[in-house]
Amino acid sequence: MHDDDHQSVYDGLTGGDESRWAFGAGLEAPDDALAGVGAPVPVGVDPHALATYCLMLGDDALVHSHRLSQWCSNAPDLEEDIALANVALDLLGQARLLLARAAVVDPGVVPVLPAGSPVPDEDALAFFRDAAEFRNVRLVEGENGDFAVTVARMLLFATHRLAVLQRLTASADPVLAAIAAKGVKEVAYHRDHAARWCVTLALGTEESRRRVVAGLERVWPFRDELSRTTPVEATAAAQGFGVDPGSVSDEVEAVLDQVLAASGLERPALPPVGEVAGGAGRDGRHTEAMGLLLAEMQVVARAHPLGRW
Amino acid sequence: MTDEARVAEFEATIARHDRIEPRDWMPEAYRATVVRQVAQHAHSEVIGMQPEGAWITRAPSLRRKATLLAKVQDEAGHGLYLYSACETLGVSRAQLTEKLIEGRQKYSSIFNYPTLSFADVGTIGWLVDGAAICNQVPLCRTSYGPYGRAMIRICKEESFHQRQGFELLLTMMRGTDEQRAMVQESVDRFWWPALMMFGPPDAESPNTAQSMAWGIKRDTNDELRQKFVDMTVPQAERLGVTLPDPDLRWNAERGHHDFGQPDWDEFATVVRGGGPCNAQRIDHRRRAHEDGAWVRTAASAFAARQREEVAS
Repeated sequence: MHDDDHQSVYDGLTGGDESRWAFGAGLEAPDDALAGVGAPVPVGVDPHALATYCLMLGDDALVHSHRLSQWCSNAPDLEEDIALANVALDLLGQARLLLARAAVVDPGVVPVLPAGSPVPDEDALAFFRDAAEFRNVRLVEGENGDFAVTVARMLLFATHRLAVLQRLTASADPVLAAIAAKGVKEVAYHRDHAARWCVTLALGTEESRRRVVAGLERVWPFRDELSRTTPVEATAAAQGFGVDPGSVSDEVEAVLDQVLAASGLERPALPPVGEVAGGAGRDGRHTEAMGLLLAEMQVVARAHPLGRW
Repeated sequence: MTDEARVAEFEATIARHDRIEPRDWMPEAYRATVVRQVAQHAHSEVIGMQPEGAWITRAPSLRRKATLLAKVQDEAGHGLYLYSACETLGVSRAQLTEKLIEGRQKYSSIFNYPTLSFADVGTIGWLVDGAAICNQVPLCRTSYGPYGRAMIRICKEESFHQRQGFELLLTMMRGTDEQRAMVQESVDRFWWPALMMFGPPDAESPNTAQSMAWGIKRDTNDELRQKFVDMTVPQAERLGVTLPDPDLRWNAERGHHDFGQPDWDEFATVVRGGGPCNAQRIDHRRRAHEDGAWVRTAASAFAARQREEVAS
């Protein structure tokens, strides 16, 4: 190692002389994260139902990702900062594909922005809808609480989502099937991560056990909504592009029983949280936390409806 | 081996520009200097997660949100490699974290400035990561092996982050008048603090000479600052922003840009703890560390229990 090749290493990292200023040719490469979402709607599939179903799955992922991303720089150690960011990134990636697919199959679901706005559809859906138009379950939107609450919520959410995505790999919509195939690998890791932490906290110290019990009790009443079949999901199942969430209940319960048994924990004996005017998150009726979450998430985008980012 | 022979072997290794490895003999002062520098670098990565991380939940596009989250995650990863490099010298991450939150070890003063608009995410990538690259690329050849190898990976990722930051600003400059104003305002705020990242002028840098003699540091502060300015001026032109320095101009005779000096009194104040965010950054880190203590204790207790079960 000699000083005379010191400068060349520097050049190598920044791409050589000319390209040091121009940052190389890759600078304006198009974003290919959404490649493939434009496939036509299959015959026999109701486009509006498909779009709404995509919004349900996409909003669950987007909102849960938002909460998990709030752990960044706040986690118990650096390894967990990285792990929770990974889960948040996976879910954000799923959300982007699902929102983009919703916009393709039914442009009517996309909020109308001022003429000339360059905002892409996925962002119009994420940043320009109000709470009542979001279709996520209420489970994912509450504030994080301590690490045990986050672990408990991730366990319930990932267990259910994995069961749904596994079936969705056979969706009549090839785009949903492809999104699900990618998502299965990711969410299997999320479930495993949450389950390991559940066991670790339950068998760690008295304090961690007390906290994981409290964490499960806090999120448990919100699980019913995950498995309740809405009319859109009934249509999705009937038309072969989606999954009736009630049909995965047995599998979900079996997985949760296994994790609880390994943790030496009982199922919380708590009634489900009540509905609002006969509806819940899937109907756009959320908790008080949702408005604040969206206010933060949407503040910059809404201030610049003609902005490019 | 006699002490003289050990010193001679150590100095010969340095003179050949070879690496010193964890099991090699090294002077205590060398060990302490490497620990100080690497710990400071690790702390900078971890504290640096805060100012940008604050914008993850507000990022105005899902693509930028993903990019930003991945970047802040990379910083956590850099912190991990660097703490590991320190651990090869017998200092644990827990000890270093204690020193950070007690204010006994420092981190880069740039992170004591606030992020006030989303443009700051781009400006930090472009200017702050750009300055970090100038500082860090020579460190890929630093004499302490584990540090040098960590730096190779870190520099590649920092280079990627710089590109992403520049690309964000370039995109915003093609947007609305409000967005262009936001970018310029952000560059105005970060330009001088970015120049301060190279440390005080050479004449006032007490540790530089010894660190260079030991091959820990390979360029002086002023040399690196010049390199950064020369690299950045054409990029600013391409972006269409003005760098806020009336003395900045090309000097054909020197083949470099002339430029003004940052406010070194401000720098000294920030280093002493009087910057706009010093207390906030340390409080945030302390809170995360203390709030997570029960989780780390539980994980250790669980691991110990597993080992007992395997043993019995």
